[in-house]
Amino acid sequence: MRHTLTHLFIIALGVLMIYPVVWMVVSSFKPNTMIFSDPGLIPKAVTFENYITGWKGYAGTTFGRFFINSLFMCLVSITGNLISCTMAAYAFARLKFAGKSFWFAVMMITLMLPGHVTLVPRYILFNSFEWVGTYLPILVPKFLATDAFFVFLLVQFIRSLPKELDEAAIIDGCGKWGVFWRIIVPLASPALVTTALFTFLWTWDDFFNHLLYLTKPETFSVSRALRTFVGDAGAVSNWGGAMAMATLSMIPTFILFFALQQYFVEGISTTGIKG
Amino acid sequence: MHKTSAIIKFLKNNVSAYLFLAPWLLGFLVLTLYPMGYSLWLGFTDYDFTKPGSTQWIGLGNYMKMFGAVFGMNEFTASTGEVMRIDPYYLKSLSVTFSYVFTSVPLKLLFALAVAMLLNQKLRGVPFYRAVYYIPTLLGGSVAIAVLWRKLFEKEGLVNGLLGALGFTDLPGWITNPKYALWTLVLLTVWQFGSSMIIFLAGLKQIPQEYYESASVDGANKIQQFFAITIPLLSPVILFNLVMQMIGAFQVFTQAYIIGGGRGGVLNSTLFYTLHLYIQGWTYHEMGYASAMAWVLLLIIGALTALVFRSSGLWVSYGTGE
Repeated sequence: MRHTLTHLFIIALGVLMIYPVVWMVVSSFKPNTMIFSDPGLIPKAVTFENYITGWKGYAGTTFGRFFINSLFMCLVSITGNLISCTMAAYAFARLKFAGKSFWFAVMMITLMLPGHVTLVPRYILFNSFEWVGTYLPILVPKFLATDAFFVFLLVQFIRSLPKELDEAAIIDGCGKWGVFWRIIVPLASPALVTTALFTFLWTWDDFFNHLLYLTKPETFSVSRALRTFVGDAGAVSNWGGAMAMATLSMIPTFILFFALQQYFVEGISTTGIKG
Repeated sequence: MHKTSAIIKFLKNNVSAYLFLAPWLLGFLVLTLYPMGYSLWLGFTDYDFTKPGSTQWIGLGNYMKMFGAVFGMNEFTASTGEVMRIDPYYLKSLSVTFSYVFTSVPLKLLFALAVAMLLNQKLRGVPFYRAVYYIPTLLGGSVAIAVLWRKLFEKEGLVNGLLGALGFTDLPGWITNPKYALWTLVLLTVWQFGSSMIIFLAGLKQIPQEYYESASVDGANKIQQFFAITIPLLSPVILFNLVMQMIGAFQVFTQAYIIGGGRGGVLNSTLFYTLHLYIQGWTYHEMGYASAMAWVLLLIIGALTALVFRSSGLWVSYGTGE
């Protein structure tokens, strides 16, 4: 009896928590005039009108383009983070070199550093390279392991791997690259999946960098394009379209979340990432 | 002979290690260390990147611009002889951000802890519930949710629709009313309690069940157990969550930008620090000023983090539970 009540309470609270999201999805199928204050979850009339008007996008560029742009940025970012962060993590976790503890401390400090102190100079730097308006200011830093969280996550993981395997590989004639490729990378794959997953989410949901660096509509990401529904005074002209495209923008996140749930939980509980 | 081979081995080890470290090291030097030094310098200048060559050293001018209003000034004469106006909105952005951080972070942590304790029972389906409760966090930082939030808290929005159905009348437009606008953003933040919840849940699982059993044998009730066992043993996790959430809360941008329509909202009621910084730097091209603002933010976050860590000696116990 007590358990049933607890279950009911947890379910009721859960429904309350996801109600806004569900309402948004349902509203995206309601005719524009009916979205207003209809709190119901069963639409009185179903229409795909919002998806058609929303898909048209902004300045002659459709949401198809925005999705491709976002996906492209995510894939390149994942590649960059996997390569650069794993390399740094391997050095910190396994190799001996002069200045190691110093650099490790530096890396840990950058973990906590608010990004705003580097914002203006980075912009000036990228502007002088004539990179503003391209994807380079967003993608190049990923190849330079600027997301210290992943370095930290991977260091923790690699340290937990048995050292005997490295030693056995060295006896078998592997060099440092051999150990890295044949032993560390395969064994660290759970942490690599977590890295890829969170890189995807952060790039997909990023808005600030896209606002700063993506200036041409044909280069916009999904999140940058969604902003165009909200006018400068904060007014929204096409609520139906905004709801429909916002709903679409969440689908990749949802799929990844339900497919790879255990990596989420591990990623969060080992490093506390994603605020 | 042995000595030289040892030196060669040392060099070889270092070279290969630094090759692995090279991408990170380059990123740190070029994209973190150099920009930090540069922005520190820019903070003492009047700089507009669209007008190169016009950069002027103005000493503490940018800092006067921020805090001059504290001393009742409206304008001051910079070291260049130019009369500069005090930023009339800086202190507002500071107070908005502080109000936001000091309400949203404790509320979020309390809520996350309450839900974590609710889920830390021998129940079936906990992984599923945990996933459902994490959904707001999964989506909450996105532009999509910020757009939705505008819709929910408008005068004609869903929240007023629901409250109206319950018989409430004369409901305000929550987003457009300066009295309430910030609280809609606090609510949006508290709603994203998922990460803190998962970390609390992992911490709660570490507390040995025997402690509670022996406490209840000794006659301690649930509330006494909570304060005598749960809180002390969970305190390192609370400290961790508090620091991470606080650092994050000071840097909130996306939601404020979308909900305020690219500005600080009505009467600047949601003029967050980072939003103000962005407007100064990129709308008005006051990049020297924006850099100085960023350094003040860094100092504020650093000082508060240090304060929390200093105070942790008083309330965090690293004793018993491993």
